[in-house]
Amino acid sequence: MEDTSIVVLKEKCVGCTLCIKACPFGAIVIVEKLAVIDLGKCNLCGACVDACKKFKAIIIRKNEAPKVDLSVYKDVWIFAEQKGGNIQSITYELLGEGRKLADQLGMKLSAVLLGHQIGEKSAELIQRGADRVYVVDRPELAYFQDEPCAAVLVDLIRRHKPAIMLCGATTIGRSLVSRVAVPVKAGLTADCTGLAIDPHTGNLLQTRPAFGGNIMATIITPNHRPQMATVRHKVMKEALVDPKRTGETLIQEVAAAVLQSRARRLKFVPETETTTNIAEANIIVSGGRGLQAPENFSLVRDLAEVLGAGVGSSRASVDAGWIPYSHQVGQTGKTVCPKIYIACGISGQIQHLAGMSSSDIIVAINKDPDAPIFKMATYGLVGDLFKILPLLTRDFKKALKK
Amino acid sequence: MNFVVCIKQVPDTVNVKIDPKTNTLIREGVVSIINPFDMYAIEEAVRLKEKLGGKVTAISMGPPQAENALRDAIAVGVDQGILVSDRAFAGSDTWTTSYTLSMALKKIGDYTIILCGKQASDGDTAQVGPGIAAHLDLPQITYVRKIETVDAKHIVAERLMEDGFEVIESPLPCVLTVVKEINEPRLPSLKGKLAAKKAQIVHWKAADLACDSAKLGLDGSPTKVMKIFTPTPRQGGIIFKGEPDQMVARVVEKLKDAVIAAAS
Repeated sequence: MEDTSIVVLKEKCVGCTLCIKACPFGAIVIVEKLAVIDLGKCNLCGACVDACKKFKAIIIRKNEAPKVDLSVYKDVWIFAEQKGGNIQSITYELLGEGRKLADQLGMKLSAVLLGHQIGEKSAELIQRGADRVYVVDRPELAYFQDEPCAAVLVDLIRRHKPAIMLCGATTIGRSLVSRVAVPVKAGLTADCTGLAIDPHTGNLLQTRPAFGGNIMATIITPNHRPQMATVRHKVMKEALVDPKRTGETLIQEVAAAVLQSRARRLKFVPETETTTNIAEANIIVSGGRGLQAPENFSLVRDLAEVLGAGVGSSRASVDAGWIPYSHQVGQTGKTVCPKIYIACGISGQIQHLAGMSSSDIIVAINKDPDAPIFKMATYGLVGDLFKILPLLTRDFKKALKK
Repeated sequence: MNFVVCIKQVPDTVNVKIDPKTNTLIREGVVSIINPFDMYAIEEAVRLKEKLGGKVTAISMGPPQAENALRDAIAVGVDQGILVSDRAFAGSDTWTTSYTLSMALKKIGDYTIILCGKQASDGDTAQVGPGIAAHLDLPQITYVRKIETVDAKHIVAERLMEDGFEVIESPLPCVLTVVKEINEPRLPSLKGKLAAKKAQIVHWKAADLACDSAKLGLDGSPTKVMKIFTPTPRQGGIIFKGEPDQMVARVVEKLKDAVIAAAS
């Protein structure tokens, strides 16, 4: 079997450099008016093939897998994440997005709910748009454990054959789905920020940022099912409650062997620093090096409290030990996508921007008018944060009548 | 004990800049580094070796130049580097990458703990670590922020969750993915740099691993990249300068409705 390869057709290439501009990996150079592809750098993504539509000088030879019958795979599934028996908000976002996709495909929307004594939560999922809820109610599933949760999901997928399976890009979701995609040989796309259905093929178009948000990629799973994707928190709209909606709850039995776990959770220790989890926060107030000392984080916390916001941080303040790592926003911390992000004394290094640049509104407070954060900011305040933050807290308190 | 760290060579995103004219990535002078999260995995493996004895092997799948990443790993205490490189692997998605690495791990055979960074800074998927665990049918502890204890048969580690942390016990062998909080990676010593220079990097091709060729590279990958594009850069907005109270009053006025909407 010949390997997949990418070839430049010498007779068609005119050396126009369009492919060089399109290549996200810097793998193409022009040598004597001909495109030459460095196979060490090439990722076979096909961006150059698209760019060369006019001349059709670059082709990728693929060994297409034999077509499998995908028509037996039906319905859109979402994984209903729960903690302590409470449905997590990401689940409502998945229901909102899943409903749209299911309607477009003329399919049913099903939720998978794993837990213990959790059956009554099924109604909540139906009111938010699920046509069907598969419930597995077992003490082994009371809280998330990687092995049994993955094994149960694999079991259900093999039984019912969904076309699409969505899951939150949360700690639980990301730990779970790879263990599921491997045994069922599903395509899995991480951290999607956009989902759509290709009107011609019916394939799920999964758009996601890569390279810290510097490039976007649209990924498809043409020949495997289910098409699995994790979805970034706060990007999709939550499904609204419709108390009149009806649907079916299907209790699923699973074999004891499926529920076994070698790893076991000894305990869970909740974070005490702040009650708002920044991945779920609609508003985040973040502090950086500009705060100068750990005690000054109280200025950030005060504003966050008035706004009902989560407290975030730049890498610098975490490294200085001013605030725990779980608050760090950016490349080596968390990626967040709130409605409003308020950056206080954060200059806006590219690693930080990678973690928050998709926020709806960005407010930046910095004394340096040339700080890169201002290039991103919806509203920028150039000045002393020690003066500005208390005023913001005071004025918002007034405006929100607190 | 044998500790194996899976590392990836990535472009140093500090240097990734967008050309404002063409709206594409400027690639000249972009340096390749070890994925930042993998540095914590390497450090943790080296610390485990120093405490418990044994050997640390780093393994990387990538183009021939990824050998440099393995040498950098040796410079900070890794004993051996294995490069898994073949044109047949090009275009691998996370399914085929974790398959290929798991086949290489099977060839290594004798592993106690497999460590990975929680995700790579270029792809950001966090899928390869759990994918390796799935292919090898091993237990996993993801997002590890601290290893509490390791004995001959078990590991106890803390997993960072969004709302706290879990303490998880797993039998060995197992797969860990680690977060930044776990340690502070050391800098290479002079001795380490010399060792890195002299080290013989082991090269494995597809034929060296008992791989099913239908599960490799672009052809074996369930996902395909349909298109790649650069997002429209975010436009700067309104910049306020001047007296703090006036700036604040104007911003509060502009933000008030959005704050109320976000709270509901």
